Amino acid sequence: MTETHGTRPRLLAQTGPAASARRIGGLVLRYWYVIRSSWPRMAELIYWPLLQMLMWGFLQTHLAKTTSFAANAAGLFIGGVLLWDILVRSQLGFSVAFLEEYWSRNLGHLMMSPLRPFELIAALMIVSLLKLSVAMVPVAFLAYVFFGFNVLSLGFAFAAFFANLILTSWTLGLISTGVVLRWGLGAESFSWLIVFVLLPVACVYYPLSTLPGWLQPVALALPPTYVFEGLRALVTEGVFRGGDMAMALALNLLYFCLGYAAFRWFLEEARRSGSLVQMGE
Amino acid sequence: MLHSPAPQPAVEVTDLRKAYGNVVAVDGVSFRLEPGTVTALLGGNGAGKTTTISMLMGLVVPTSGMARIFGVDMARHRHKVLHRVNFESPYVDIPMRMTVHQNLEVFARIYGVPDRDVRIATLAEELRLGDFLNRPYGKLSAGQKTRVSLAKALLNHPELLLLDEPTASLDPDTADWVRTRIETYCRDENATVLLASHNMAEVERLASRVIMLEKGRVIADQTPRSLVEHYGRQTLEEVFLDIARGKRDADTTGARHDD
Repeated sequence: MTETHGTRPRLLAQTGPAASARRIGGLVLRYWYVIRSSWPRMAELIYWPLLQMLMWGFLQTHLAKTTSFAANAAGLFIGGVLLWDILVRSQLGFSVAFLEEYWSRNLGHLMMSPLRPFELIAALMIVSLLKLSVAMVPVAFLAYVFFGFNVLSLGFAFAAFFANLILTSWTLGLISTGVVLRWGLGAESFSWLIVFVLLPVACVYYPLSTLPGWLQPVALALPPTYVFEGLRALVTEGVFRGGDMAMALALNLLYFCLGYAAFRWFLEEARRSGSLVQMGE
Repeated sequence: MLHSPAPQPAVEVTDLRKAYGNVVAVDGVSFRLEPGTVTALLGGNGAGKTTTISMLMGLVVPTSGMARIFGVDMARHRHKVLHRVNFESPYVDIPMRMTVHQNLEVFARIYGVPDRDVRIATLAEELRLGDFLNRPYGKLSAGQKTRVSLAKALLNHPELLLLDEPTASLDPDTADWVRTRIETYCRDENATVLLASHNMAEVERLASRVIMLEKGRVIADQTPRSLVEHYGRQTLEEVFLDIARGKRDADTTGARHDD
């Protein structure tokens, strides 16, 4: 009897961390090839963060001349906008990389390949960091050149802010990706807009006390609120609130787990409803 | 007397059913594909071919019944066998901005192909991709794209190859060339092939068995020759037209039906 797979060249191991790393690496390579193949895409990554940074930087320069608070809190707005853009760019980097598969009608190839769902997510997380680096490193450098704001001068606090914002962005990316999987490209705008629901509530540019009392518990349930409050404490009082960062981290880990569970649920629903095959709106 | 165990089928579909609300796309389909065979899955638009193949690949979960590949339940444990399977369809694209080589490299990593560069070079030679290996996929002609899709489908030496209209929109010469490549691969690697096609000449040439679907059900399952004889026709295309026009069991001696 012929063994149909007896004479074939053996494939590399399909299970275990090395196999997962190889598949994740393959997918990251795919997205990197796409990024570097188009200079308009590279420019688009930097465009909005640069405009935001310049606009808020000039506004802060103006306010510093007219109000004592702004004069004493140099870097408040520009720090806020840089951190906010870390959240936005990272989430978009995650979600748009996934949308690429819909736009190129390649999702079927991936879904019928040995790639596991968690490997797809891991690749999207790495790509979001890659895109964030392309976008934010030059913008952070220009913030220093134009306005003398060195984000790295925040030291360990910056690392804590960064880690928390990235985790939040990945959770939002998981949810938006799941929604697109289930409802197709008709839900694409969800990927572009989901992060902005946080903008008024997460106290990006104003303190928590500005919000009405009933809204403050909602804000405190959002990890980015602790980051932006932490930035203000650092800039205006020179205090790093480690407890708040730990709270943000705990909330982030909880939401990330819930986000991954939601993604898996949406994926199963997509397999039940047949939307993985339809690929359209 | 000792009996050798029955060979494990490459594909085993048992009473497969898929309903979307009140619409039943696949209704109790059962078949079994033995290793090393080429089988065509035929039917008009909406007959249930794509849904059946999607359930085979685990992209769609059956409402009831089971689809197994190499003994693995595809609704639950598909990742155990997906590296032994591949597919080609003109309706699922490959990223346009990446070059042919970049695309094959990425898929080779995902499938765990050893000696990637050697495998890509071999396929490039066999499928005549050399002239455009470093060009973006989106800038290729339809025939070149089909050859690239075929290379992607053969990267991992699949034991089961699912082909969805592999020669759609190709000129006769290119289509013939693609069919020859598929024949060669099946012969050399003893691969099992499930072919969905609307080209009956292609089916007669490649397939040793035809499973005909209508309204989600299997209405015929036999060799192309016996199917043609059963319907009293000259070609499989005439049989297909009879079935599509509701002449399944009637008038098996008459001339071809006109619209």
